[in-house]
Amino acid sequence: MDLENQKRVKEIAEENGPENVVVILGAAEGEAAGLAAETVTAGDPTYAGPLAGVQLGLGVYHICESEIKDEVDADVYDEQISMMEMVLDVDDIASEMSSIREQFCKYM
Amino acid sequence: MSGYAVIKGASYTLAITPDMVLHNGTTQTTEMVVNPDSEYLKELPNHLRSYEEAVAYMPNQVFIGNRTSEELGAVEFPWYDKPVENAQREGRFGDIMPQDEFLGLLQICDVFDLVVLEKEFAAGVQAKLRNNKVISDEMVAILDKNKDDSETIKKLVEEEHSEPLYNNNVLVGAVKRAHDVDVNLSAHVMLENLVSKASSVYSLLHLIKVTGVNPAEVDYVIDCCEEACGDMNQRGGGNFAKAAAEVAGLVNATGSDTRGFCAGPAHALLSAASLVKAGTFKTVVVTAGGCTAKLGMNGKDHVKKGMPILEDAVAGFSVLISADDGVNPQIRTDIVGRHTVGTGSAPQNVISSLVTESLDRVGMKITDIDKFSPEMQNPDITKPAGAGDVPEANFKMIAALGVKRGEIERAGINDFIKKHGLTGWAPTQGHIPSGVPYLGQMRDEMLAGKTNTAMIIGKGSLFLGRMTNLFDGASFVVQANDKKGANGEDAGFDESKVKSMIGEAMRAFAEGLLNQ
Repeated sequence: MDLENQKRVKEIAEENGPENVVVILGAAEGEAAGLAAETVTAGDPTYAGPLAGVQLGLGVYHICESEIKDEVDADVYDEQISMMEMVLDVDDIASEMSSIREQFCKYM
Repeated sequence: MSGYAVIKGASYTLAITPDMVLHNGTTQTTEMVVNPDSEYLKELPNHLRSYEEAVAYMPNQVFIGNRTSEELGAVEFPWYDKPVENAQREGRFGDIMPQDEFLGLLQICDVFDLVVLEKEFAAGVQAKLRNNKVISDEMVAILDKNKDDSETIKKLVEEEHSEPLYNNNVLVGAVKRAHDVDVNLSAHVMLENLVSKASSVYSLLHLIKVTGVNPAEVDYVIDCCEEACGDMNQRGGGNFAKAAAEVAGLVNATGSDTRGFCAGPAHALLSAASLVKAGTFKTVVVTAGGCTAKLGMNGKDHVKKGMPILEDAVAGFSVLISADDGVNPQIRTDIVGRHTVGTGSAPQNVISSLVTESLDRVGMKITDIDKFSPEMQNPDITKPAGAGDVPEANFKMIAALGVKRGEIERAGINDFIKKHGLTGWAPTQGHIPSGVPYLGQMRDEMLAGKTNTAMIIGKGSLFLGRMTNLFDGASFVVQANDKKGANGEDAGFDESKVKSMIGEAMRAFAEGLLNQ
């Protein structure tokens, strides 16, 4: 996750309380999604950004995970996401995401 | 409709600059600031390739036209451990230049006496450049001015804010700052801009060689790299285009710079094709040099995985666009896709705006395009860095859109990718892989009748500049020449064809007379 986004996530979590923030990712594959999820839960694994050593433990999901998909209006989802859903390895992403959540998420 | 602008040729060049990876790539320079004792920095020098290894690297051979994307796709992945035997530095489209020659070219392209080379190093480079077919004697003679020894150069770096230039880890030169206060003319910025200019110049020189165009016939040059040149009062004042045209000897050209991050080349080509189609200019060149900042950009992942640093090349390309000649591939300036302000950032909307909206306007389907050339990044570089196979991801999105539109069967996605896609080979220098690497190979295929239609797609991450959250993109279709344009006005008037037509008519007339 780039440094500017790390800073924004950190500020939003501080302003609103980490228990009130859920991060939704759109990463194109499992490893990248997992790294971004790790960054907003356990801290920046590259130790380069504002979230280095900061364990926010935020709720974090990928837009293609059923928990989020079910919350979205079906027409909007079809218009905005369905094409990418066809392209992505959703199972891989979902398993990566749930593994990170189980390990590091503090607000399930 | 006829008289579309045509692509008369394209050149592609690389300069293999391992020392610049260490000293100028931002991944490395950032690490030096935040974590100077890091394992990565210690380990990195062991992962740099030799010049010969970089020449034998198959994706580089594809870039300069000695191999095709199809041939690369047939090689088992990964590619970095499968060198091409008897690989040549010179290719159909350009050349792979070693670092020392490139430092010489840097000085040739510097008209403000900012580049200083150590005298013995310079003499060695001169000897090598004399054998370089596109570098003239006058250019080589510019290096005569180097009288400084290594002590003087060391002093320039240590005491006068100059940027060091290394070759094989030895200090061999420096780029001086162009102003003592102005950050936009600092030695760092001057080096970046001179590298961009020099790599663009090298591609222009090769464009002249591969197309045989008379340099005096070029009317206009558009540069589409991602650098900015100017001073503190006009940071992006610009005109890399004219600066490079000057060195390349395009005496009758002026030019301008077009920017749009990685989408720059697509915008520039559209402008060039439109200028030619409108008759404003007959011959326009689109050109871009590479950038030092992105050298070794994914180096951390490559080193971690025990791979060589594959981002060790400063790339450049140039494309010659001119009036319809009835032969070369035509740029369909009436089938143009664009990502508009209102398009939004959902991938679905992005791909529709770039691929299908323009096709819909002329009643074409996705499957009517033989080949798509989107972001042609080399997956050997991006996959180990977690960014996946970028071209393949693009083809998948195009195919998925085709499925949604009912033009492709869902089960046919992989076949579509195989048939209409390409294996990526281009260096990851932003604008360099953006659609344009295919133009050289595409022209060959269209002239041979193997490919009839192609779509070139450029996409740009505008949000990186923090002026907008928007993304950008532009696309256009290229087709094998429809032979309808060679009869219109002076645009592409083909004298020999007309002569042969007249000859045929005369022969028929004479035969008619004899039969009477």
